[in-house]
Amino acid sequence: MTQDVTVPPIAPPPESALRDERRADRLDRIVGTVQRQGALAVLVLVAAIGFAAFPNFRSLANAETILISAAPLALIALGMTFVIITGGIDLSVGSLYVLGGVVAAYASQWGVLAAFLAPLLLCGAFGVVNGVLVAYTRMAPFIVTLAALLGARGLMRALSNEGSETYLVRSEAFRAFGSGEFLGLAYPVWLALALFAGGAVLLGRTRFGASVYAIGGSEDAARLMGVAVRRTQVNVYVLSGLLAGLAGAVNAARLGSGVTVIGVGVELDAIAAVVIGGTLLTGGAGTVAGTIAGVLLLGVIQNLINQVGSVNISWQQVISGAFLAVVVVVQTYLTRLRRIQ
Amino acid sequence: MTLLEVAGVSKTFPGVRALDDVSFALQPGEVHALVGENGAGKSTLIKVLTGVYQPDDGAVRYRGEPVSFGTPLDAQRAGISTIYQEVNLVPLMSVARNLFLGREPRNALGLVDERRMNREAADVLTRYGVRTDVRRQLGTLALGAQQMVALARAVMVDAKVVIMDEPTSSLEPREVETLFGVIRDLHAQGIGIVYVSHRLDELYQICDRVTILRDGRVVHTGPLEELERIRLVSLMLGRDMAEVRREGVTGFTGEHEVQGAQPVLRAAGLRNRHKLHGVDLAVRPGEVVGLGGLLGAGRSETLKAIGGALPLDEGTVEVAGAPLRRRTSVGAVKAGIALLPEDRKAEGIVPSLSVRENIALAVLPRLSRLGLVSEKKIDTIVERFMTRLRIKASSPHQRVGDLSGGNQQKVLLARLLATAPKVLLLDEPTRGIDVGAKAEVQALVDELAAEGLGVVLVSSDAEELIEGADRVVVLRDGVVVGTLDGADVSTEGLLRTIAAASSAAASAATQEEAS
Amino acid sequence: MTDVAVRTPAQRVRAWLPAYGVYVAIVVLLLFNIAFTENFLAWSNLRIQLIQVAPVVIVALGMALVIGTEGIDLSVGSVMALAAAFIPLYLGYGVVAAILVALIAGVAVGAVNGLLVARVGLQPIVATLALLVAGRGLALVVSDSQLREIRNPGLVELGSGSLFGLPYLVWIALALVLTVAFVVRRTVFGRRLLAIGGNRPAAELAGVPVGRVLVTVYVVSGTLAAVAGVLAVARIQASDASAVGVLIELSAITAVVVGGTPLSGGRVRVWGTVAGALLMQLVVATMIKHDLPSSTAEMVQAVIILVAVYAARERRSR
Repeated sequence: MTQDVTVPPIAPPPESALRDERRADRLDRIVGTVQRQGALAVLVLVAAIGFAAFPNFRSLANAETILISAAPLALIALGMTFVIITGGIDLSVGSLYVLGGVVAAYASQWGVLAAFLAPLLLCGAFGVVNGVLVAYTRMAPFIVTLAALLGARGLMRALSNEGSETYLVRSEAFRAFGSGEFLGLAYPVWLALALFAGGAVLLGRTRFGASVYAIGGSEDAARLMGVAVRRTQVNVYVLSGLLAGLAGAVNAARLGSGVTVIGVGVELDAIAAVVIGGTLLTGGAGTVAGTIAGVLLLGVIQNLINQVGSVNISWQQVISGAFLAVVVVVQTYLTRLRRIQ
Repeated sequence: MTLLEVAGVSKTFPGVRALDDVSFALQPGEVHALVGENGAGKSTLIKVLTGVYQPDDGAVRYRGEPVSFGTPLDAQRAGISTIYQEVNLVPLMSVARNLFLGREPRNALGLVDERRMNREAADVLTRYGVRTDVRRQLGTLALGAQQMVALARAVMVDAKVVIMDEPTSSLEPREVETLFGVIRDLHAQGIGIVYVSHRLDELYQICDRVTILRDGRVVHTGPLEELERIRLVSLMLGRDMAEVRREGVTGFTGEHEVQGAQPVLRAAGLRNRHKLHGVDLAVRPGEVVGLGGLLGAGRSETLKAIGGALPLDEGTVEVAGAPLRRRTSVGAVKAGIALLPEDRKAEGIVPSLSVRENIALAVLPRLSRLGLVSEKKIDTIVERFMTRLRIKASSPHQRVGDLSGGNQQKVLLARLLATAPKVLLLDEPTRGIDVGAKAEVQALVDELAAEGLGVVLVSSDAEELIEGADRVVVLRDGVVVGTLDGADVSTEGLLRTIAAASSAAASAATQEEAS
Repeated sequence: MTDVAVRTPAQRVRAWLPAYGVYVAIVVLLLFNIAFTENFLAWSNLRIQLIQVAPVVIVALGMALVIGTEGIDLSVGSVMALAAAFIPLYLGYGVVAAILVALIAGVAVGAVNGLLVARVGLQPIVATLALLVAGRGLALVVSDSQLREIRNPGLVELGSGSLFGLPYLVWIALALVLTVAFVVRRTVFGRRLLAIGGNRPAAELAGVPVGRVLVTVYVVSGTLAAVAGVLAVARIQASDASAVGVLIELSAITAVVVGGTPLSGGRVRVWGTVAGALLMQLVVATMIKHDLPSSTAEMVQAVIILVAVYAARERRSR
């Protein structure tokens, strides 16, 4: 398919130009690495401090606690990563998470399959609406998903008698999924790991993933280069909705009920985790691995503050917020540095 | 067989006839130059060819068949690739990813075969003289290299026609050579190339035929070799050498009386990385100094640098003998410099605000006390300028976005004049406005000069420049290559300087870059 | 070409609907309630509605200004919490001092927001998200996560007293609405703010000190949120940093957007914002009075937002 082009030999660029080029290459690689792996480095650092300072932090049980409590947020943040890389945002995931939990608990009376399918269908449908409105009406993702946040919350409360009724999980198998373990790790953790692996492949190794990056990098250029912009946009919002619903189901399985009073601000935690993980909120760059690091970092900070005991646990929010600010300021600076040279 | 052809195409936008019965034909294996000044209709023609616009009238035929591309993508799929002046790739993605987006090589599992993709990308790009790690973000490459990636991508999609819109504007001489090598190669393969550029040297080096557009019409088409360089320029600028008609073409009245020997504006050694390489300029009160040169010569950049809107690496600006200390727009406005930007919509009007608010915007502090604006003072000043500039709006409260181009331009001029400036920098003040408003704006420039303002005028309209300016400073590639004074301020003088400069200045600018 | 553009009837409707549709909706809903809702016009009912809507209106005023610059301020709820948290700590120095400290907290958060947006160049959404998270945490730290009852007579009076039959809360909200409307219409700051939102490069070229104006806008938003926080404490006679102002950013954004202020900046509809807040309040009240659950109200609100934004969306140029 490539037409053969033979260009006559040209004079090699001067040595000084090559040197500049090499230096630019090196700087670019360093900056790129910091952008991609910064969250991981800080995670390792913070965990190391935890290891050194808190005996309780060291235990295997504690590690498992961190992982299992991070699992729902991880799923939500995974979907959010895709949305943010396209340059969008999904505020509805917190509500969908709760809605998914309530629906899963309610549907568990018809078996474990229903408990998974019902939230996926319902939250996926919300994702379709979000995606179609964003892609086809050109309304701002922020406002579309804000409306979906309200709509999903309303629906959740309508289904749960204004939030006062907590459905108990009726399926033993579903409950077992929430509490069981395999090779020492809880099923939800395995699920999250598997989905993250799948997400990494989807984003990094498929044409769909390439489209996601291209749209976020430059929607106009992507369109000119033949990317199916609208279809891809719809898909990422559907993915985000599905994952939020699944996170709700996982949480319901773990708690044994569809709790209605959680989920406020989960969308913001997810956005924070994604951004801390090195994904640019302006779109076009980011990785699934960075998001894991971001989610775990938030979890570890919370865990460590719990370990300290005497300190108000709200410091966790202060630190997370400050962390977010520092990360985005550094990101902005690095991006500029990369552009200028 | 003609490869791509348009016959009798017209395209009208509200108030402007962008293309008027234009015909154009591209043969296989031909490099066809498409030239014309800004607003001549080049970009509209390209957009018609690539499916961005549908023509009102006339037909587009591709390989003998009538076609109607709905989108640029349709055109691309049919084999018409376009390389735009601004690189239309994704800066945050890797070079290889950009090259292969949508056509990534895949392995047995259907996953992108990254290693193969990178290897093939490196192979392809080496042939285009781009030697870089293809995993790097595209945006970190030099613009020239990015342009090469865009070209490589365009050729890779089995193009039969490649349209290049100012492909060399960001290339270094070495890269231009590479580009020409690629073009010759495509040429040999029977691919048709439409080549848009303002660099005359390049046209004569690489193109076989030329079509010259002016005011939406084809004014000449034929082999390039037979066309004298100065004749090409005169056709482009619309001044027939033989018959220079002076009277009544513009609203300008002629010479201005220069008041005082001390310059009101003095700019010295303006340098900005890629755009300006040491521009000097002095304007005395009452004087209109024109900046001449072709597109990309650094005219707008010079104005922006003086107006504080373009950061400078070096250089000084003085207004009435006092150097500007804060090199920002705020500082420039305070010092008495008023800049009319080239792009009225993007940098000029605030479309959502009324005529009144737009006029008052730059002088709000002066029309207010303790932060409260005085509606009466605003009304006075708005009324004064609306009358003086004959701004036609249903009321001062009409949204500027709803006005015609000419009236928007007058509103902007009113905003500038309200600041009582000492220096007026006008960048294409009459572009895209109707004839009546054009004459009014030109007469106004005369009036303001007579009042003692120093005016710098940038215009692609040769008549406007010649008749409006007392002195014309000609730029080329960010350096001053000549100044026309007194009797030399003539169409012929201007054309000669530009045509001569286009060969002489290129090498000068290159040396500048290297130092 | 015509010099003065003439609008077709369809264009007129398109321009008119987003700007005034909210008033029409309010009138319709009012008429419905007067006809079908028992005791709707009873003073006690109207009074409750006004008291409930007052904090949203105050926060939404600041939000409207921020959105007018093409920004957004997610931190307002946390600022309310922070202001509320400081009140009991400084009540010992007198009610004025306590309120002052609370307001200063709002100014400080607003200044940080503004600097991050204007000087560092962060996107408003992420800059203010950072302060949403950190601000709430700080409020909880400051208050030690305790709910504290407030018995200061001055504050209690502020929260529950009335003047000429209208609660102080409503008077304050009204005064702030008038002030902001005045600022937008009549001050240099107001015009510059709109110019920045309408076309930032143009404003910069016209010599508008863009950075300074942006910082001020976020400071105003933070301060107004702090005022709302103080009033919330006064009304419920308790300071609860974990509950005050939760999700108010969404209500405020909703009020602004439904009121016809475009998210793309360049225009601020102060009275529209007030109307937007009233409409949303009225929707909930109507539902409740007719035994429809508040969950239904939420879903209706979602639809109203979409309709409002859809009506106001910019046509794609070309």
